[in-house]
Amino acid sequence: MEKFEIFEGVGVPLRRSNVDTDQIIPAVYLKRITKTGFEDALFASWRNDPEFVLNQPAYAHGEVLFAGPDFGTGSSREHAVWALRDFGFKAVFSPKFADIFRGNSGKQGLVSGEISEQDLESIWALLEADPGAKATVDLVAKTVRVADLMVPFEIDEYTRWRLLEGLDDIGLTLRDEQSITDFEAKRESWRPKTLPAKGAK
Amino acid sequence: MTPKPLTLAEKVWNDHLVVKGEGDAPDLLYIDLHLVHEVTSPQAFDGLRLAGRPVRRPDLTIATEDHNTPTLDIDKPIADATSRTQIEALRHNAKEFGIRIHSLGDIEQGIVHVVGPQLGLTMPGITVVCGDSHTSTHGAFGALAMGIGTSEVEHVLATQTLPLKAFKTMAINVEGTLRPGVTAKDIILAVIAKIGTGGGQGYVLEYRGSAIRSLSMEARMTICNMSIEAGARAGMVAPDEITYEYLKGRPHAPEGADWDAAVAYWNTLPSDENAKFDAEVYLDANTLDPFVTWGTNPGQGVSLLDNVPNPADIADPNERAAAERALEYMDLAAGTPMKSIRVDTVFLGSCTNSRIEDLRAAAAIIEGKQKAEGVRFMVVPGSARVRLQAEAEGLDQIFKDFGAEWRFAGCSMCLGMNPDQLAPGERAASTSNRNFEGRQGKGSRTHLVSPLVAAATAIRGTLSAPADLEGN
Repeated sequence: MEKFEIFEGVGVPLRRSNVDTDQIIPAVYLKRITKTGFEDALFASWRNDPEFVLNQPAYAHGEVLFAGPDFGTGSSREHAVWALRDFGFKAVFSPKFADIFRGNSGKQGLVSGEISEQDLESIWALLEADPGAKATVDLVAKTVRVADLMVPFEIDEYTRWRLLEGLDDIGLTLRDEQSITDFEAKRESWRPKTLPAKGAK
Repeated sequence: MTPKPLTLAEKVWNDHLVVKGEGDAPDLLYIDLHLVHEVTSPQAFDGLRLAGRPVRRPDLTIATEDHNTPTLDIDKPIADATSRTQIEALRHNAKEFGIRIHSLGDIEQGIVHVVGPQLGLTMPGITVVCGDSHTSTHGAFGALAMGIGTSEVEHVLATQTLPLKAFKTMAINVEGTLRPGVTAKDIILAVIAKIGTGGGQGYVLEYRGSAIRSLSMEARMTICNMSIEAGARAGMVAPDEITYEYLKGRPHAPEGADWDAAVAYWNTLPSDENAKFDAEVYLDANTLDPFVTWGTNPGQGVSLLDNVPNPADIADPNERAAAERALEYMDLAAGTPMKSIRVDTVFLGSCTNSRIEDLRAAAAIIEGKQKAEGVRFMVVPGSARVRLQAEAEGLDQIFKDFGAEWRFAGCSMCLGMNPDQLAPGERAASTSNRNFEGRQGKGSRTHLVSPLVAAATAIRGTLSAPADLEGN
């Protein structure tokens, strides 16, 4: 995972709340077995609409998304994060994220930062007044800036540290492998085991 | 000094702590049971292969094929190339990594959240994860069960643990007695309408109260299943005699001394009397009506006796805009009586409502009745075993005589990954869990309902409760 410190890219105003993961990537795209190449699937249904924000040339290379509250609700599909990442987004801002989406995004190096509704409205207005304007995400200072407006965002400290360091989850956990082995030694015999397989009696 | 009173969720959490996180770091929790399906696992196995890592505990892992399996002609090759590729990838990965798999055609195949409980693998006091948000279903047993993303699937495969941040706890108190025709599905739809699709965010919900205690295990699963639709990370019900009765004798349930030890432990799990929840919600079961959704998220629901709400009456501007957009998508006018809404299709199935009790309840309503003209009624049992059980009871014949399609097990029209989809603009009464735009096919319109409402709707052609059938 690449380290994330400061990033500047085209800001995209997505004036919608409750953007669920079925909208971010419809189920029909979940059949693929690769981990990349989902850029065409991002907001696939909405992209049929010529008026949709990402269809406007100024936002075609959007990299920082500003969406309404309750972003990423619904299905746990991590493809939603891959689709955003593959399209080119490095950060998403919303007043509120669904838990699973936020967890998934941190693991793929996508920053998901919470900003206030008031700041969101101001940023939407700035981006719509100047389509293609850049947004600067500073993960060290936990701020995002559009034009002269700099606003703070919230991200949990642990995810922030991992993003800043570019650390992979499994490698981190395996540093505690002895603790896992010790825990397994104490696991009660009544707890479930799938093997050997037993059928109905 | 007496120890601090704990909730059910906190007890299960504490008993799975491998490493306590310092400062802002998450806790590392041990995972007792990992359920795997074809959609969210291929990239996880790919990741293991890339890093040269094995599956740490194949004996705590089980795979089924469900999300894009066909529900007709299951003996023929899967027509859709990408669906076939995903399923073949799962079979290949299961073989390579030594994981038990129940493939299409196998007697234990079915929706992953139906199969786990059916095999007796889901039990109280365990941690369960699956790359599917409806893993919350298993919380009905008093398990801590969470949906996870593909990166986390890879993490659990590699380490049998998951780094997790502590949750807050919310008690959902449902007291009273449900009236005839009102079910667990109506309870959970009413709860979501009350707290909203984000209301449970950051919480583990515990469903409590006399109305919950009197529910069967399958009904409790229906409720826990939709916890995620309120944004919660998990939903739980404390284990009791109903839980033990359901579990005992199932293929993987503990036996002999193990059973006794397990029950002794399980009896310690219910939340302590003075345990403090971070939030409490109350719902009166006595006055609850059948509940249905009118919009495009599961929180947009009302009593079946109500009308489509008027967005102008909604104070919150975001909610109001969402309601306006939903009504446009659903092609509904504010003030329309819910009962006058005509549907094209009725879908009985999904991990929410496809178990034997759901099929029995629907069959009892339609038996000897006529299906409304032009309405398609699709019945998709949750597992191959549910299908066989239904056939042994003659339910399949009741459905077929009524004019319903009797299908093979899978997720089917709940998410329309297989050919079971609605056409653009089509409207369904669906016992599934999500009424999102396009969920059941591009341009599809979904009303979430209970199996009883689904059955009555299939007879009348408009959203209906069993009570509306009197005199028909």
